[in-house]
Order: sequence, then C-alpha cells, then structure tokens
Amino acid sequence: MSATTTDPPADRAEPRRSLAGAPLAIEVEGLTRRFADYTALDAVDVTIREGEFFSLLGPSGCGKTTLLRIIGGLDHADAGVVRIGGQDVRGIPAHKRPVNTVFQSYALFPHLSVRDNVAFGLRMKRVPEPDRGRRVERALELVQIGALAGRKPAQLSGGQKQRVALARALVNEPKVLLLDEPLGALDLKLRKELQVELLSLQRRLGITFVFVTHDQEEALVMSDRVAVMRAGTIEQLGEVHQLYERPRNRFVGQFLGSVNLLEGTVQASSPEELALASPVGTLRAVRRPGDPGATGKLTLAIRPEKVRLLPDFGKGENRFECLVEQVIYTGNASHYHLRCGQQRLTAEAMNDAPAVRGLQPGQRVAVELPPASLIVLED
Amino acid sequence: MRSSAPADGPRAPWWLAAMAWGGLLFLHFPIAVVALYAFNTEESAFSFPPKGFTLRWFAAAAARQDVLAAIGLSARVALLATLGALLLGTLAALALARRPFPGKDAVTLVFILPIALPGIITGIALLSAFRLGEVTPGFWTIAIGHATFCVVVVYNNVVARLRRLPHSLVEASMDLGADTFQTFRRVVLPQLGTALLAGGILAFGLSFDEIIVTTFTAGHEKTLPLWLLNQLGRPRDVPVTNVVALTVMLVTAAPIVAAWWLTRGTEDVAGASK
Repeated sequence: MSATTTDPPADRAEPRRSLAGAPLAIEVEGLTRRFADYTALDAVDVTIREGEFFSLLGPSGCGKTTLLRIIGGLDHADAGVVRIGGQDVRGIPAHKRPVNTVFQSYALFPHLSVRDNVAFGLRMKRVPEPDRGRRVERALELVQIGALAGRKPAQLSGGQKQRVALARALVNEPKVLLLDEPLGALDLKLRKELQVELLSLQRRLGITFVFVTHDQEEALVMSDRVAVMRAGTIEQLGEVHQLYERPRNRFVGQFLGSVNLLEGTVQASSPEELALASPVGTLRAVRRPGDPGATGKLTLAIRPEKVRLLPDFGKGENRFECLVEQVIYTGNASHYHLRCGQQRLTAEAMNDAPAVRGLQPGQRVAVELPPASLIVLED
Repeated sequence: MRSSAPADGPRAPWWLAAMAWGGLLFLHFPIAVVALYAFNTEESAFSFPPKGFTLRWFAAAAARQDVLAAIGLSARVALLATLGALLLGTLAALALARRPFPGKDAVTLVFILPIALPGIITGIALLSAFRLGEVTPGFWTIAIGHATFCVVVVYNNVVARLRRLPHSLVEASMDLGADTFQTFRRVVLPQLGTALLAGGILAFGLSFDEIIVTTFTAGHEKTLPLWLLNQLGRPRDVPVTNVVALTVMLVTAAPIVAAWWLTRGTEDVAGASK
C-alpha cells in the first residue's frame, strides 16, 4: 500500500470475480416502502446475479434491512416489483418463497434441539426419512457443529448459535440466502473468523448470498458487489474495488474508508483532465468516463494512502509543502495529519518507507497528490 | 458505613416481621378453626376447647348424597368453564397481543370487565341476558357464567407470555416454510405451554370457588359453594359442613400451589429464548 516508490495504480486493482452475464437471482424495480412518519425505501432498483455474494451496506435506518425483509416476504412493499429467479413474488407469502433468512438474533426455536431446529424446514416440506436425516447431518457437518446436535439453543454460545441458524437455513437448499447482520452480536475475533468461513462457504455452495451489514470492512472482505445505501436509496452500486477507488460522492467516500476533500473552482477542463483552483494551489486531475461535469465549484477527493510524502520537493505537478501536525502510529503504518495553509490532509504511509522515516510533528514535508489518484465527486 | 447485613440484604426490623406474621395469622385463623372443628366430637356449636377427636364426620360426609352431588356439579362446571376459557382466552390473546386495529383498546377493556366488575353486576347482567334469550337457568348457564370471567384469567397469562415471545421466532418459522397454523402448533403453542397450564389451573380454582355469579345463574342446582352457603342455616350439620369445607380447601390449594410453582420456573426459561 506504500505510495512513495511507485505511481499509484488506481485502476489496476484486480476485480474479485466477475459474474457479469450470470442469470439474475433477484430483480428489484421501483420498490417503495413507507411507514407512518418516514420513507424506508424510495423507488429502489437493484439486480443481484446468481451465485454472487451481494452486500447491502449503510448506516442504521438506510433501508437495507427493510429491503431484505421485503425480498424474504416478511414485509410488504407499497409499490414496485420483486422477482426471484424471474418470478414475480408479489402476493406470495414468506413460507412459499424459495429463499431462507438468517436473522440477526438467530431466532432459534428454544424448545427444539439443534438437530430439530435444523430439520424444521425439511419437516415443513415433508421431506421423508432417510433423506431428511441425511441432509440434516450434512448441514451440521458443513458448519461444523455435528457434536452439538443434541443440545438446546440455551446451551450454546453466540458463535455456535450463529452456525445453527446458518445450517437451518442452508439445509433447505434455497435459491437465495438472506443474511441480516448475522455477525453483529459477536466479538471482533469471532466475527473475522466467521467472515472468512462464510465467504468460503458461499464459494463452495454457489448459493446467492444477500448480506446486510453496517460494517464497511465486513462488506469489503466478503462481497463481490456492494450497494451502499442511505435514507432509502442506493447511493452507489458496484464491485468492491470500484466503490473504494471511485466513490461517487462524499457519503460513499467517507463510508468506505476515509477521504481527503479538496474544494475549489474549475479553472480549465478538457475531456481527459481538469484544473482546479484549490486552497493548496492549482491541481490537475485525470477525468474518467462517467465523471460528473467539470464546471464551477467542484470537490476532489483522495484516499490517505494515495497522498505521497516526498523526501524532497523536486519537480512535479500537484506538489506543495505541508506542516506535520500529528503522527499516529498504527504498527505497520502511520497516519500523518498535515496542515497545508488552509487545507488539512491526512496521509497514510508504511513505516518502512524512506521518505517518512523520522518524520516528526512540527517538521515540514513535501506532499504530492498524483493526478490519477484524485477522484472527482458529484457533491 | 459498616453494615452487618447478611449476603441477601439487610434484615427487616422486628416490627415489620411481626406485622407480616400478624396479618398472615389473621387471614388463616378462620381456616384453622374450621379445620380444627372438623374433628370435633360434639355436633353443634363451636365451644372451646373442642370436646374430642373423631374422624366419623368424614365418613358421614362421604355418605351424604347432597354433598356428593354438589361436589360433582362444581367439578363438572369448573372443567367445562376451564376448557372454554382456554380456547377463547388463547384466541383472544393471539388477536390482541400484537397488531393494532381500530377499537383495540376498547375491546381489550370490555374483555377484562367480567373480572373487574363486582360479581353482583356480572351476575345480574348474565341473568338478564339469559332471561332475554329465554334460556332456563341450569347447568349450562352456570358454566357459561363461569367461563365469562375464567376467560380473563387465561387471557392475562397467555398475553403476558406472548408479549415475551420474540416475533423473530414466528418470522423464522414462516421463513422455513410453516404456514400460520403450523407456526402456531409447532412454535407458538410449545412456548405457551406453561402459561396455558397456569391459566387453566387458576381458572379451575376460580370457577370451583365462585358463589356470587353462580347465585344468579343457577336454577335449582347447587354447586358446592351454594351448598355450603345453604348449610349455614343448619346448626345440626356443622361438623359435616366443616369436613366438606376442609376437604375442598385442601383439594383446591394443591393446583394453585402447582400453578405458582410452574410459572415461577418459566421466568428463567423465558430469558433463554434468545
């Protein structure tokens, strides 16, 4: 992640997987859901491809859980269509839909053993023995809780309950698995462990996962594509690296990681680049297809790890001098809080980079913002 | 401040304990008297000290046709009223526990009235209704009258339990393919088990014991409380009356203690439902 020895390759990050062209598992069109005093979903459109790990990411109240529940049939929409596997599911009750849900509170049936909990869905579908027993055993093995099959939920830890909830949903071989912040109640270490497990499970089974979370790191680790939501609408949807490298607006930029914001006025522009008069001087930025128009007031953003700290001033564009106000050590890297006249910036650099060795608060340092790393924001 | 309090809290001051015990004694003294004189050899009045000890009144009571008839009637009425209360109380609780609907508060209030109002009012209301419908007072009117307020006891228990039931359990059940009825049978009902049992036992005890509403809704039949009331005008029958009263007290105390013990246990189990 060091940005001091090579040019930052903003667009060269490899995509995680490309599922473009896969059949559509879920289509949502114009979905609206209103409650008495606010609108939870406002004409939302989204399509989820078969076999993908799709995340709905956003702060509390953005509508991600409402969307998930409507897909699962646990809530109804006031307007719009939901199609699962091409079939319009409006009017089809939850118990008839080919999807299963893993709840945030696990919702295990307290009076049934682990085995009976997992077998519940198969019983409802009247799957006979020995099929039913076989499938239950396989599901228990899949999440590695075979040894606990006879226990009741009250005797399980949080992580174990989560696995049971997962097995209970997966044993029904649903077309789509809906997960509502399933790792929210677990401690950090367990959460990270299960993130990796969930990811490998999804890859192995090939089932479409729709995952709701407010934790951006979680979404980044596991998802193929992410929809970032706010106040009932999707702010941006795309593959993970796209969202990180090219956020459309401040909200997305600040929700996924952090950004430096440089506000200014456009001085000149061409289809390939623009020049912005900013508090740190004139900055040249590379323009990309799909970028917003380059006139009048504009804000550029740059990720802290892309801000280059140079050993000396030298010659180059987008360079200026800053005062180091604070250095925050985080083990393998450090955050440098800089003041450059009226502008504040945060840079992040690996601690073994020669340019930053020994850099102390109070010192001045040369800073470069590579034109290719500057992101043009919509707001 | 140094405290010499024991591990579970400071001890109550002596006068508080004395008051508590005094109140308890006051409440149970009449019952103790009845129990004592059930064994008295003398036939009439309550002279103190009791003349002697005998068990013959128990045999005498068991041989009395009117005693057996009264007990039998009370038991049958209580059983019917309890069954009706369980069915209707559960249905009402399911309807009123969650979803709001226009007039819900009013319905809830009206529902609780039979037990909230004085027995005389309920009794008169029922009698008027039966007269209006030209229904002759008898076994069924007694049972229906009892069911009317027994429903409330079951309803209270079931609604309290339902409110503690996380709705996500119902949603999970539906998500796994169970329709409404299957969800009720396999997920909700098992959770209601102890509430129904406790409510049913309390309803039975309430019905067995009831006298005021029964006075209005009975025809010529005598339930046990009515029989006992009648006996007060028969001084020669005092020992038998005492025997019957004592027996009934013991028999009805047992299920009420059982109901208390059952609902006491569920406080711990309910918390583990997450």
